[in-house]
Amino acid sequence: MSAEAPQSGAEILLRALKEQGVEVIFGYPGGAVLPIYDAIFNQNSIRHVLVRQEGGAVHAAEGYARSTGKVGVVLVTSGPGATNAVTGLCDALMDSIPIVCLTGQVPTHLIGNDAFQEADTTGITRPATKHNYLVKRPEDLARVVHEAFYVARSGRPGPVVIDLPKDIVINPAPYNEPAAQHKSYRPRTEPDLGQIAKAVAILKQAKRPMIYAGGGVINSGPEASALLTKFARATGFPITNTLMGLGAYPASDPQFLGMLGMHGTYEANLAMHGCDALLAVGARFDDRVTGRLNAFSQGSRKIHIDIDGSSINKNVPVEVPIVADAGKALAALIAAWDADDAKVDAPALAAWWRQIDTWREKDSLKFTQDMTPGAVIKPQYAVQRLYEIARARGQEVYITTEVGQHQMWAAQHFKFEQPNRWMTSGGLGTMGYGLPAAMGVQIAHPDALVVDIAGEASILMNIQEMGTLSQYKLPVKVFILNNEYMGMVRQWQELLHGGRYSESYSAALPDFVKLADAFHATGMRATSIEQLDDVINAMLDCPTAVIADIAVDQKENCFPMIPSGAAHNEMILGPEHESSGAIITDAGMALV
Amino acid sequence: MSDLMTMRSATISVLVDNEAGVLARVTGLFSGRGYNIDSLTVAPVDADGAHSRINIVTTGTAMVIEQIKAQLDRLVPVHRVSDLTQEGPHVAREMALIKVIGTGEKRVEALRIADTFRARVVDTTTGSFVFELTGATEKLDAFIVLMQDLGLAEVSRTGVAALARGTRTI
Ligand SMILES: Cc1cc2nc3c(=O)[nH]c(=O)nc-3n(C[C@H](O)[C@H](O)[C@H](O)COP(=O)(O)OP(=O)(O)OC[C@H]3O[C@@H](n4cnc5c(N)ncnc54)[C@H](O)[C@@H]3O)c2cc1C
Ligand SMILES: Cc1ncc(C[n+]2csc(CCOP(=O)(O)OP(=O)(O)O)c2C)c(N)n1
Ligand SMILES: [Mg+2]
Repeated sequence: MSAEAPQSGAEILLRALKEQGVEVIFGYPGGAVLPIYDAIFNQNSIRHVLVRQEGGAVHAAEGYARSTGKVGVVLVTSGPGATNAVTGLCDALMDSIPIVCLTGQVPTHLIGNDAFQEADTTGITRPATKHNYLVKRPEDLARVVHEAFYVARSGRPGPVVIDLPKDIVINPAPYNEPAAQHKSYRPRTEPDLGQIAKAVAILKQAKRPMIYAGGGVINSGPEASALLTKFARATGFPITNTLMGLGAYPASDPQFLGMLGMHGTYEANLAMHGCDALLAVGARFDDRVTGRLNAFSQGSRKIHIDIDGSSINKNVPVEVPIVADAGKALAALIAAWDADDAKVDAPALAAWWRQIDTWREKDSLKFTQDMTPGAVIKPQYAVQRLYEIARARGQEVYITTEVGQHQMWAAQHFKFEQPNRWMTSGGLGTMGYGLPAAMGVQIAHPDALVVDIAGEASILMNIQEMGTLSQYKLPVKVFILNNEYMGMVRQWQELLHGGRYSESYSAALPDFVKLADAFHATGMRATSIEQLDDVINAMLDCPTAVIADIAVDQKENCFPMIPSGAAHNEMILGPEHESSGAIITDAGMALV
Repeated sequence: MSDLMTMRSATISVLVDNEAGVLARVTGLFSGRGYNIDSLTVAPVDADGAHSRINIVTTGTAMVIEQIKAQLDRLVPVHRVSDLTQEGPHVAREMALIKVIGTGEKRVEALRIADTFRARVVDTTTGSFVFELTGATEKLDAFIVLMQDLGLAEVSRTGVAALARGTRTI
């Protein structure tokens, strides 16, 4: 056998990606990565999706990753290509999304010379990634690629950057397999059974228990969601999900109290406030969730399962920390629960449910839609109809969102029964996330219905990706709740800044129907209530990408709302309810 | 709860892979999250230079110090994080080079004090000394204060190196 012809770094890179099972790369070319694009040109097993801006590539990879559980892959050039990717990297870091981002770099001998399109990419992305690498020796290339995938997906997932100098991808490189075990990074996944036993003891004695489950359950995989459901049913305990956790527990289940937090339901927040035992699983006690910390669930004994030790005791001290994978910990919890003879306090639990039911009767998400023809569409009703119509059609549905009021209305009124169906920018709150994320979801699920529930301001932040939808014939539906305002900003200005609507009006908007047309997609519009169902049906029937411009009530605010700096029991309810008298303090105003 | 809020000082040692950027990861973590660094030292600690040890002296509430350790522990190139202050008795030493410029009585007095502190003279001219002093941070602080009236001109300190006492290792 003759020796193999030496392969270039770029070929080695693609071989390693292939071995990692990569099927799609979202990218944008440039000088520093041309040798990689050459190698892509010469093969067929990995598909490249050309985005219109590098920021779109990262969000697309996030959508792809969140909807499949796989690692999303991005390829961008040096300098501006890399800096454009930074927002997406921060977004993925905050929301624990596994991404490997390959960035081009100037050749090694020019690094540090202010060479053309040089940026200190590892320096810039260090705080924006879980880890990053600069490959300086050809023999490290294959190993680094394999390590990067391992780091991105293991433990708490996150984005990893590999910076690739041009000479490294041009010159021949050996294919060195990675070591069987990573030298230093070996996150703990198995729970400590002593801690599990303590958790069971606390939960069995509880009179007012509560389960608070977050995005970590989704990170853990669909089995973890199944185990969470099993555990909740076995215990009969009430359960809430964070924004990032929606879908981890079936929304239609009677034990589900809806989302908690700043725009969560009355019953979820009051149950958090009043519970005497709290089981947190894969949730990070975010400030949007806890409200004022010194008033947060003061009377509860707390158990916290999280794969990242730094999420535990960060904001809220807990009695039983369990560093483990959510799925593994839930399996252990179920086994210990079943093996333990102690019974739950059934009468106390029944009384707790009666209390919760009185909170539920408030119907805190209630709104009134005037059905007379010509009436203005309520944004909540538009989401509700989208949900009902899509469900009636029996199609598999994936929802992404932009950031703002529409995002919260989507979270409140669209019901998710399964994990990985809901993609939203929670931690960073990145306007412009939804359209590219939807693109990535549609690439992964070509036959599914993928809808970006958008605001008219956010959608303009990555509108260029309509071009990508058109090129790849991706039938993503952009459903704009057009209130002609940066509604979330307007709402804060109304409630906190004396109604001074400084720079929050969406002036000079494009004609979204014509805009769709310009991008070879289909545009449609609903301006009053009698048009809504027809537009939703037409949108769902349409074989192409769609922008549906839904004119909604401009003055609508998103309730309930726990103002910044307030406690869970100081929630503001909507105009449908008698005034709740919450006050926003000066200290609260200083918060975001 | 109140325990969690009391301030304390902690000497933390971190064993890391000696790779490019690892120190920037650690210092970036401290600056990015607003933790204090009172002292920081770093150097390779094995023959082939594969691992480095970073020693950090920091102050914070118990909750913050736990958070610092957890944040360090999740960095990919970190092998071990050890809170020497909490895990048992430890020794901590610093070295300083101290330049004192002066003549006459002051010069004699500086030398006399240096002798009591067991500082070594590593450089001398007719008008100056450079003292080398090793010891606990407080000892170095005390010596430097005494030198202030005797012509203290310049100080260069290494920061703290620390190890657990007895047979325990990181
Ligand atoms: C406008 C706006 C309003 C918002 N309002 C709300 C609101 O009302 N309510 C709300 O809930 N959020 C709200 N958010 C989102 C909020 O900012 C946070 O993003 C969100 O609350 C965090 O969700 P999480 O706690 O589930 O954590 P995530 O960010 O999903 O983090 C996951 C946690 O699970 C851990 N983990 C990861 N993998 C595993 C595993 N395999 N096993 C175990 N643990 C694992 C991680 O270490 C981490 O601690 C809002 C965001 C925006 C933009
Ligand atoms: C990139 C970015 N810039 C600014 C913000 C602050 N911000 C949060 S919501 C919002 C307004 C969003 O308006 P729109 O998309 O119309 O949504 P609506 O709230 O009206 O539903 C702004 C400006 C942000 N989240 N992201
Ligand atoms: Mg708007």
